[in-house]
Amino acid sequence: MTTIDQSILTLILLVPLAGAVLVALLPDRGKLPNWIALLTALLSFGLTLHLPAHFIAGANGFQFEINHVWIENPAIFYHVGVDGLSLWLVVLTGLLAPVGVLASWNAIKERRKVYYALFLVQQTAMFGVFISLDLMVYYGFWELSLVPMAILIAMYGRKDGPKAAVKFFLFTFIPSAPLLVAILWLYARTGSFDFATLQAAVVSGSLPAGPLCWVALAFLFAFAVKVPVFPLHGWLADTFSEAPVAMAMVVAGKLGLYSMLRFHVGLFPDQARAIAPLMIALTVIGILYGACLALVQRDFWRLIAFATVSHFSLTTLGIYGLTFTGWDGAIYQILNQGVIEGALFVLLGVLETRYGSSQIAAYGGVASKLPRTATFFVITALAMIGLPMLNGFVGEFLILSSTFTGVSRSWAFAATLGVILGATYMLWLVQRLFYGPDGELATMKPATDLHFRELAVLVPLVVLMLVMGLAPSIWMSTIEKGVTPPQVKGAAALHETLSPKPVIAGSVLNASSRLEAQR
Amino acid sequence: MNASLHLWLIPLLPFAGFLVNGILGSRLPKRLVTTVALLAPLASFCVVLSAALAAFGSGSVVSLPYIETCPLGWINAGTLHVDFSFVLDQLSLIMLLVVTGVGFLIHIYSAGYMAHEDGYWRYFSYLNLFLFFMTVLVLAGNALLMFVGWEGVGLASYLLIGFYFQRKSAADAGKKAFIVNRIGDFGFLIAMFLLLGNFGTLTFSKIGASLAMNPAWQGGVLTVIALCLLLGATGKSAQIPLYIWLPDAMEGPTPVSALIHAATMVTAGVYMMARMHVLFDRSPFALDMVAIIGAATALFAATIGLVQTDIKRVLAYSTVSQLGYMFLGCGVAAYSAAIFHLVTHAFFKALLFLAVGSVIHGLAGEQDLRKMGGLRKKLPITFAVTTVGVLAIAGIFPFAGFFSKDAILYAAFVQGPGGKVLWFVGLVTALLTSFYMFRLWYLTFMGESRSHDAHPHESPWSMLGPLVILALLSIGGGWIGIEHFGAYLAPVVGPRSVEAGSASLELMLSILAVVVALLGWFVADRFYRQRPETPQKLAAALPAGYNLLSNKYFVDEFYGATVVKPLFAVSKFVLGWVVDAGLIGGAALLLAGVSKLAGAILQRWQSGNLRSYAAWLAAGAAAVLLFFTVPWATVLSNFGIHLSMAGH
Repeated sequence: MTTIDQSILTLILLVPLAGAVLVALLPDRGKLPNWIALLTALLSFGLTLHLPAHFIAGANGFQFEINHVWIENPAIFYHVGVDGLSLWLVVLTGLLAPVGVLASWNAIKERRKVYYALFLVQQTAMFGVFISLDLMVYYGFWELSLVPMAILIAMYGRKDGPKAAVKFFLFTFIPSAPLLVAILWLYARTGSFDFATLQAAVVSGSLPAGPLCWVALAFLFAFAVKVPVFPLHGWLADTFSEAPVAMAMVVAGKLGLYSMLRFHVGLFPDQARAIAPLMIALTVIGILYGACLALVQRDFWRLIAFATVSHFSLTTLGIYGLTFTGWDGAIYQILNQGVIEGALFVLLGVLETRYGSSQIAAYGGVASKLPRTATFFVITALAMIGLPMLNGFVGEFLILSSTFTGVSRSWAFAATLGVILGATYMLWLVQRLFYGPDGELATMKPATDLHFRELAVLVPLVVLMLVMGLAPSIWMSTIEKGVTPPQVKGAAALHETLSPKPVIAGSVLNASSRLEAQR
Repeated sequence: MNASLHLWLIPLLPFAGFLVNGILGSRLPKRLVTTVALLAPLASFCVVLSAALAAFGSGSVVSLPYIETCPLGWINAGTLHVDFSFVLDQLSLIMLLVVTGVGFLIHIYSAGYMAHEDGYWRYFSYLNLFLFFMTVLVLAGNALLMFVGWEGVGLASYLLIGFYFQRKSAADAGKKAFIVNRIGDFGFLIAMFLLLGNFGTLTFSKIGASLAMNPAWQGGVLTVIALCLLLGATGKSAQIPLYIWLPDAMEGPTPVSALIHAATMVTAGVYMMARMHVLFDRSPFALDMVAIIGAATALFAATIGLVQTDIKRVLAYSTVSQLGYMFLGCGVAAYSAAIFHLVTHAFFKALLFLAVGSVIHGLAGEQDLRKMGGLRKKLPITFAVTTVGVLAIAGIFPFAGFFSKDAILYAAFVQGPGGKVLWFVGLVTALLTSFYMFRLWYLTFMGESRSHDAHPHESPWSMLGPLVILALLSIGGGWIGIEHFGAYLAPVVGPRSVEAGSASLELMLSILAVVVALLGWFVADRFYRQRPETPQKLAAALPAGYNLLSNKYFVDEFYGATVVKPLFAVSKFVLGWVVDAGLIGGAALLLAGVSKLAGAILQRWQSGNLRSYAAWLAAGAAAVLLFFTVPWATVLSNFGIHLSMAGH
């Protein structure tokens, strides 16, 4: 371990914070806050790239670990580290930081200083969530990640920003209260906030089963709202349609999904197994429900909100299918969604800043005016609906196939149907925005196609979609080797019962008769 | 010995063409765009040819099947392992020759046909992209890689159907094609999940080996797999119940209709079933379903074709109908006959579409049969090659279609009593086919011109050249005969199930088929040359029947009323209003109401503007941070509460 390895995670946490302080101290003149934020974001992205470059694939446990006593009593440790599960999520967060700054570049016209300062604080909070291994520290970052978000939605949102911010605030802060109680209960029982210690304690069975059940539920509830899982998605559509683009890009999904894997399935394997059937049912409903509602939305932000419910439900399904292949697929899908939604939000932001509307019906025929925007949009839409060779497909296929072979055929059947529906609303959106005769907006307002700043964001994202679709092994090898050992510790039993058992030639007959019997 | 054939070049060359024209095309001179676009398929075709030479005959340097696997895997996650592996065997070789050969000809034709269109570069980049995906589909050594090509050709088709995207009908048709195909893909996906669950692999050769080791394994889950694959095939190959997208796909430029919606992509379903025939062979029920769907579609589409007035739509329904023959062939396990028909159909249908394209080109975009007529003198070469195409599709000896259609009908006839019914349906279809194709021929080329303002002109040689080559292939493409063709394919799809002993029966059936085809011609002659008033009289005499046919049996309307409208209605009213706005929104309102109450209590403390919101939130965050710094255990122990159990 070199010195940089020992301090890299601290640096990743501190750099955005330092950037925020700098933005706050310097005057709000011209684009100065933008530039500082951009440089900070690029610097922190560069720092996160250090992680995969020096990550030892195949090694057990956490790497780049730092574990210092912070407060003696109660025993709170500054304990951070990454493994295969969190490694790429940190990088993704780093990647989306410059994307978010550039997406806000012209959209945020006043009070830039406050905006970018909070944006960078939010960045630190998200990094913190992904790398914290002490539950109290984790909780601090989790809460911190909600604060700048709510403020930014309220201050920089569209006309109903404050209302949406209150909704977001209520939906996400209220479940955090039981989460805090649950964490304190665990501490009261074990005297530790440390992830590994708690994991061992839960598995050992020394904790009373009844309360533990409620504790696990409190964890799950907080995460499920944040994803969001059906029927807890009430806040999402309003948030998407009101929040500034760069915030909407990161508000849903990865924090909640990661937390589910690490702190629900990873920490409470038995409780997770018990509640898995319910979660599977809810996620499959969510997939279909989100897809159906996306079909009938008139505002493209709301459409994307329901599409997001559908897609994150699929990812959640991968998690609660409790198979290794499903977990691989779920983690990969979190990354995919980050990249895809990042591009999608930038593109929709491009349309909104140019034409000033998010009403789908007002568009039409934009492809002939903004051909590059149309091209990028089509590629992104195709990645989203899971066209093979683009990234969305790999994750979807892993999740669906593992659900089908390892969990339940009928739920997998329904989920696959929902994925098919995904093509319908996305292609219809593409058509209504870009094709057909020129719509109201395309004829009224002349607009310029993507310029350099936007291309600088979109080109790397689209290339990434292609590379992630063609060579998933680059990511999968670290995800798999990194994520498996710690998961096995807690989840060995559940893997035994639920993993798919591929049948090889000799025993095919048995298998077929068994399958017949099942039917 | 095994020399490397560099199969990977076959798809990658068109892909390179796609990238160059797709990224730089708008800035390149047209000549350069054309060069790149044509070189890509030509080079690809040359690689296929060299592979064919290397693999064919006594001097062969490679033995088939020849497999090339990319050293880097594709997906390795959990229990799933999938490679990029390409397989060259007799089946994929024949397909590749057709795809790249016909594909190249259509590229040449397109250079003439599309010369004056905007987005010339865009057109060619899509066309190259199509060839890339189609060759991937054909070469794929496992089902997932085949699925890549399968979805990819669907994408290329979507882009090309919607090429004139400013026309709403074109954009609609592209979307419809993609979505209907997705329904088929749903079947393909489920089939793959079942394969994974039961075989633990998606590699064709391993599935085949597993089945070979268990000769007694029949039906059951294999039937389910085969039926799921069949659903996929009905989508891609436009069969009942998913054929509805193909007629609309005619919105695309005509060379696209020739390449994608006639010669190659739509035959992918047939190719896929031949590729996975080991599964179908183990399930008599699934095979019967394939045969029934094929025969029913063949007849059904042919009846619609009788009354269409758009020249391209006539051809579209004839494609659906001919694909039905191929399905019928697969369904009676005569895979080599089905592939044989696939090949000859690729020749004569590409020919017909391109010839019709030449007519449309000459008439400045006119597609209505009622406004044509008398073109044989104005477009002599187009007329000649169309005649060849019509004779070939009608199944008249010795044109290509005769041999392949005959092989399928014979295979059906010898399949027992059920087979005789299928054969009869096929024969009736042949009669109708001959009739409506000669109808098209008479209405287009014979008689007097029914349009006054058009000044038809013959097409340039870049368009006529490919037509002449395809005409030659449509004449001689079937002469190899099903015996030789079947024997060549036997290592892949198994020997022809039909014993060759009944030569006299075969001859009799052939003669009957030709007689029926001539009868169709004769009737068309009566209707459209001798007594041109007959069709209208007939339509007036049978208004119900005519209505049903000209409205295509109202199938689009039926799907609209039973699937599309209910889906939207349920989504909007039940899910959107009742559930989302009502229940979930209501819960949120309740939550907001409670908090408003709390807010009212706090009202005195806050001014209600944004700044104070921010202040409150920041204060909340500060409170959380403060929480860390308070020594809770010490504080609480002062009250006699011990949080930590560690000490006990």
